[in-house]
Amino acid sequence: MDVLGNYKSVISARAADKDIQKKAQDGGIVTTLFAYALEEGIIDGAIVAGPSDEPWKPEPMVVTTKAELLAAAGTRYTISPNLQLIKEATRSYGLDRVGIVGTPCQVQATRKAQLYPIGMRDVDDKIALVLGIYCMENLSYQALEAIVEDHCNQKMESVKKMDIGKGKFTVYTERGAVSQMPLKYIHKYVQPGCHVCLDYVANLADISTGSVGSPDGWSTVFVRSNKGNAVWDGAMAAGLFETKDMEGVKPGLDLVKKLATEKITKNQKHVDERKSFGLKADGTPKALRNPYETP
Amino acid sequence: MELKEEKPVADKITIGELHLSGCTGCLVTLADNYEGLFKLLDDYADLVYALTLVDVRHVPEMDVCLVEGSCCLNDEISVEELKEARAKSAVLVAYGACAAYGNITRFCRGGQWNQPGQEAFVPISEVVDVDLYLPSCPPCPQAIRNIAVMAYLLLKGNDEQKALATAYLTPLMQLAQRGNEACGCDLMYDVINQGLCMGCGTCAGTCPVRAITMEYGKPNVNRDLCIKCGACYSQCPRSWFNFDVMNNYEGIIDAINGAMK
Repeated sequence: MDVLGNYKSVISARAADKDIQKKAQDGGIVTTLFAYALEEGIIDGAIVAGPSDEPWKPEPMVVTTKAELLAAAGTRYTISPNLQLIKEATRSYGLDRVGIVGTPCQVQATRKAQLYPIGMRDVDDKIALVLGIYCMENLSYQALEAIVEDHCNQKMESVKKMDIGKGKFTVYTERGAVSQMPLKYIHKYVQPGCHVCLDYVANLADISTGSVGSPDGWSTVFVRSNKGNAVWDGAMAAGLFETKDMEGVKPGLDLVKKLATEKITKNQKHVDERKSFGLKADGTPKALRNPYETP
Repeated sequence: MELKEEKPVADKITIGELHLSGCTGCLVTLADNYEGLFKLLDDYADLVYALTLVDVRHVPEMDVCLVEGSCCLNDEISVEELKEARAKSAVLVAYGACAAYGNITRFCRGGQWNQPGQEAFVPISEVVDVDLYLPSCPPCPQAIRNIAVMAYLLLKGNDEQKALATAYLTPLMQLAQRGNEACGCDLMYDVINQGLCMGCGTCAGTCPVRAITMEYGKPNVNRDLCIKCGACYSQCPRSWFNFDVMNNYEGIIDAINGAMK
């Protein structure tokens, strides 16, 4: 499979809805698609990264209305274990058609839950729409705190928006301050599990999206599966997105491909290095566990 | 007049269920496919042996034997029947967590009415070789459905279908080689300690007894609640992830749905 995965079309897009544009991280693609899918009955709820008691710490949440969706919009650069609710959404919440958004690893987990539903009773056919977001690597909450409070010298609770782009981690505060950390310092904070990830643009999602490749305020959207295609066509017909031809936008698809290749090459090297990590008594290499080979 | 069952499809595989020390939840799970079970039995498999569902008293020859429950070493009949099932089946499946890992029967210490002498319960792989594991307590109807369809394709399909079924079943066969001890602790030993956990939340979502919570992005196992069913680890995308199968998820889901129509 190509580093960008299988896809039917790739488009640069943003939400036509001004409310969503204001709340969204970039183009408001996930919020708009879930709002549309809720409206049309394609899903009757979605698992998203909602707010929690601590500032910028996401908590997985099942939303069933557009207002709840908007309250959860925007990116938090730390883990929201959304899969935690995938069975629960079909039980306590009684959903028959579940939407879920996740990073590439979470989309992989969702597909594994569908193909090998070992502990996921009556879940596989209730997963109605899987949206993926591009992900280079992720941070624990404590790592995010260290970046915001130590490196950027801002209180977590005073931050209005966080953003990664153009080689910088940027923090915008409520009072208008802008603090930055060069991304090269992020490495020691990345959670180890991310170094074996071989997917950048959520290859197994129905639709995946992220800011990379499109101008500020726009997102690059890959429409991948038949299901994703039907939802995208419906949302387009309803006039929910402004779009630009991917060929015409800067920096364009080449940048997405470049970053995907970089991530996968670097992490494949890490996976390979784990194979000869240690040393056996007979002088041959001793391997760490490789999830891509055996359980 | 003698009633004979119509056999619209001649080339079915034969499946049986051997019931050892389990709660019958695994057998009920098979039936929880509802009309899907009829479809499986109409087109793909003959159920030749199963408690209450089939009137056969003695373990017959079969292609696939699903073994439910752990094996009580103090019960001669269990041991004999398990060995007989191994000898008479081409593929022996540890169906559910008791057969695979001992599960809740791991905690048995004997002294129970009305067989106080029965206290030694082991995963079936302590007694016989096992080809394939299907963990969790209970297993999922959709998982046994998928395995039944794949087993059919493996034994009766064309070359392409055989290749797909082999790729699909391989990790479950590898799981049987991995060992017969399971616990929420596997998430520590084989995922977090190995630098592989990325905090997706699957383990917490899958645990049948809600023993796992996500604390600051990583699973935290309440080890007193854990029943040792193996669901968390086998469902974890970092226990195994086979791209050759997963990348084709859309085609496989369509194929299984098509087979069940």
